[in-house]
Amino acid sequence: MEFFHEPKIDFLGKKWYFLAFSLVFSVAGVLSMLFWHGIPLGVDFRGGTLVYVKFSHAPDDNSIRASLQKANLQRARIQRYGPPANNEVLIDLDVRETSEKALDQGKVQIINALETNAPAGKQDLNNSSSLTIANYLLEKDPLRAGTDANQRYSAQAQAIVNYRDKVKGGVLSSIDELKSAADPAVVSVLPDGFYVSDFAVRNVEIVGPQVGSQLRKQALLATVYSLAGMLVYLGFRFEWIYGVAAVVTVFHDTLITVGAFSLTNKEISLTVIAAILTLIGYSNNDTIVIFDRIRENLKLMRREKLSDIVNRSINQTLSRTILTAGLTFLTVLALYLFGGEVLHGFSFALVIGILIGTYSSIAIAAPILVAYQDWRSTRGRQPVMVAAGGAKAKPPQPKSVASNR
Amino acid sequence: MNKNLGWKLGLVFATLLFFLFGIFGIPKGFSGRSLLASLQDRIHLGLDLKGGTHLILQVQVNDAVNGDSDRAVDRLKEDLRTHKINYTEITKPDPANTPDQIVLKGVPPESSSDLRNIVSDRLPEYDLRSGAENTWIFSMKPQYMADLKNRAVTQAIETIRNRIDQLGVSEPIIQEHGLGQYQILVQLPGVDDPARVKEIMQSTAMLEIKQVLGGPYTSEQEAITQQPNGILPPDSMLLKFNGIGRTSENSEEWYLVTRSSAVAGGDLRAGGASVGRDTNTNAPDVNFTLTNEGGRKFAAFTGAHVNDRLAVVLDNKVREVATINEQIHDQGRISGGGMTEQTAKDLALVLNSGALPASIKYLEERTVGPSLGSDSIRAGVQAAIIGMLAVLVFMLVYYRGAGINADVALILNLIILLGFLGYSGATLTLPGIAGVILTVGMGVDSNVLIFERIREELRNGKTPPSAVEQGFSHAWITIVDTHVTTIVSAAILFLFGTGPVKGFAVTLTFGLLANLFTAVFVSRMIFDWILSRKQRGEALSI
Repeated sequence: MEFFHEPKIDFLGKKWYFLAFSLVFSVAGVLSMLFWHGIPLGVDFRGGTLVYVKFSHAPDDNSIRASLQKANLQRARIQRYGPPANNEVLIDLDVRETSEKALDQGKVQIINALETNAPAGKQDLNNSSSLTIANYLLEKDPLRAGTDANQRYSAQAQAIVNYRDKVKGGVLSSIDELKSAADPAVVSVLPDGFYVSDFAVRNVEIVGPQVGSQLRKQALLATVYSLAGMLVYLGFRFEWIYGVAAVVTVFHDTLITVGAFSLTNKEISLTVIAAILTLIGYSNNDTIVIFDRIRENLKLMRREKLSDIVNRSINQTLSRTILTAGLTFLTVLALYLFGGEVLHGFSFALVIGILIGTYSSIAIAAPILVAYQDWRSTRGRQPVMVAAGGAKAKPPQPKSVASNR
Repeated sequence: MNKNLGWKLGLVFATLLFFLFGIFGIPKGFSGRSLLASLQDRIHLGLDLKGGTHLILQVQVNDAVNGDSDRAVDRLKEDLRTHKINYTEITKPDPANTPDQIVLKGVPPESSSDLRNIVSDRLPEYDLRSGAENTWIFSMKPQYMADLKNRAVTQAIETIRNRIDQLGVSEPIIQEHGLGQYQILVQLPGVDDPARVKEIMQSTAMLEIKQVLGGPYTSEQEAITQQPNGILPPDSMLLKFNGIGRTSENSEEWYLVTRSSAVAGGDLRAGGASVGRDTNTNAPDVNFTLTNEGGRKFAAFTGAHVNDRLAVVLDNKVREVATINEQIHDQGRISGGGMTEQTAKDLALVLNSGALPASIKYLEERTVGPSLGSDSIRAGVQAAIIGMLAVLVFMLVYYRGAGINADVALILNLIILLGFLGYSGATLTLPGIAGVILTVGMGVDSNVLIFERIREELRNGKTPPSAVEQGFSHAWITIVDTHVTTIVSAAILFLFGTGPVKGFAVTLTFGLLANLFTAVFVSRMIFDWILSRKQRGEALSI
């Protein structure tokens, strides 16, 4: 089977279309970053409190908002999270309500606000840890356990919690449901100390403002270091202009990916930065493969114009470029579709980035090389397109310089 | 050629067995369930997959510096007295920002050489310089201060570990975090309700016994106005009362106490705190015993202050006020504060585990409930299997015979990666699973690169053996280049990232390193084996 049989597409001839395409997307992203959504930062970078709550029934945003306002949490943002069938809601307090002193105040406040009809003196079974349950059982001692009481009740509590979390997805709708999971005697004493609310807290993220700004700085530094690392490595392996072309290309990919987050108003979290750094490495792959081929062809075809060589190199590697990008895209798509809500931003960045990265290694990186050479020849200088070669030991090959004219 | 193939095959099988052992250990059985159990034994799951709490703490190292300079002030006063050097005032001008600075005022010029001698003898860790009008400024030597701060962090880690160990949290991670910002990372697997643990960790458990100079007052303001001239006497401080016996819930009580302590945290005997019951109210309380040294100090203090009052101060709050009836040797007790059995137990725990050298502040808290963790595992594994199957099937369809080759290499790649996770004890996080999936996608790149090159060489009329030879040798440089760039990104990610993101960097890096072996060495070996069985001129299935 073969998708591309010796293609002969004039990629360089279409460079103005490519440029227009890239400009439209980059400018749209930059405009959105500047004037529309800004760069939507996740809680990791802006600081704040996020509480992910799962309800046993379809959540009603208005009643949640009402109970939060009663607890004086005016600025809380309420958002649906994940597929509707999961009944999940994300409650977001911004950093002004996350005071440095009491970092988890917001969380406690949210939980208390949602416990609208809590019976006095009882604990919420849906939001209790197995330790709490075990302590309670130890006190009640429904099994009349002897010396091994500690162990037995821990095991019972663990079974209850496991049933709640693994079978019921975190929320019990009544204590009776536990009858299949724990000892009947144990279940029968639970209602004296516990009740079940209609929600459970699945995940809490609290980031203080100090950590937020620290992480922002780190993420920016990491991105810059990655780009610099690419520049240095490619400059060392090829000519510096190859490094510059590759880094400009990758910067273009990063810009468009971040722009896509801004346009769709998706939040950029730590894992999204991880995806972007991966992309910086990955989208260089295609560029390197093409550059490698250009270098090889420069040695073989000394009489031809650089633009012809570049075109031929792109065509020769086209099959490989499309195939590998396609296969990586396939795996990333699987991640995007089936990887769950937590990885959503991460896989979104990869989906966008791999598409753009593949496109740009053909449409941006190679034309930069050619444009640079044209610019040099209009300035009346000898074009420097020495095939530097992997081996530093090789002497420079002036012949290829001369023959390029 | 065949002999060569033999040892290569042996090497590949040895690798396979070695890393399979890394994944499963010696399996207890070969049913799906017991294999899964051995897998879970070997590969550690990150907090985001098994649920738990992740905390970042800031050690307020200036507290430790303040403590040291407070003691220096005490020592200095004593020495100035014994050497009969006069002075008007000794202060710390700005404890919050420059906790290491001490200012000594009004020393007569003729005493300055004596002062220098005292400092070089008794306070060698301080630099002394003279200011205007007989003022002397002490500041801590930078090296000493840096050591002090680092020691505070190490000691805090030690203390927190002690406390958490006693709580019975399994496999906690407690380590320094970041680069020289005096932060501590604490990970508590399985703890999804961190409130109590946080309280226990945060309690500095700084126990002091001080002399009461006045009180109770109903507010800080009232306490100050009641003093002569409306200023607090020298070397005294106001502390809030937080015990039983308050007149009502909402009223406050303040006591004026000495700044210096008769007994401080270090004087507590290790393991000397225990939970008891108040003889009158039957409420839980905590009894403590002092060390020999501390007992001597306490006996001297109580002997000298019969009929005065003393305050038991915990974390800068007065917990107990009592009149000294007679000399006491080494016993004390803390009650009040509305203690329940549980809080009394926790208090005894923190007292026994030792005081924190400095207070701590929480910077970050992430809690993943176990239900979310298991959902994430399910989703991650599902995505991994679907993504991988898609790649495997595609390779088979597109490259036919050579597709089997690529698939074998990919599967071996995965086995090496998982085996590495088992051996190294690196944790598998949800982004780590994503890293595994990406490794599959990116790893197959090498195969495609080689195969496309072989096809090209075949089209150019080369014989299968030489096309394979050329394909591998041309693709090799490119493969190294592409791997290096991705690994450079991953390495930077590893340096800058935390927790889950680090897990991603680890799996991606190791996956790609293993890929160099599988996609080049193993895949080449399979080609050689196929070619060795073919007749000359027979076509290669690719």
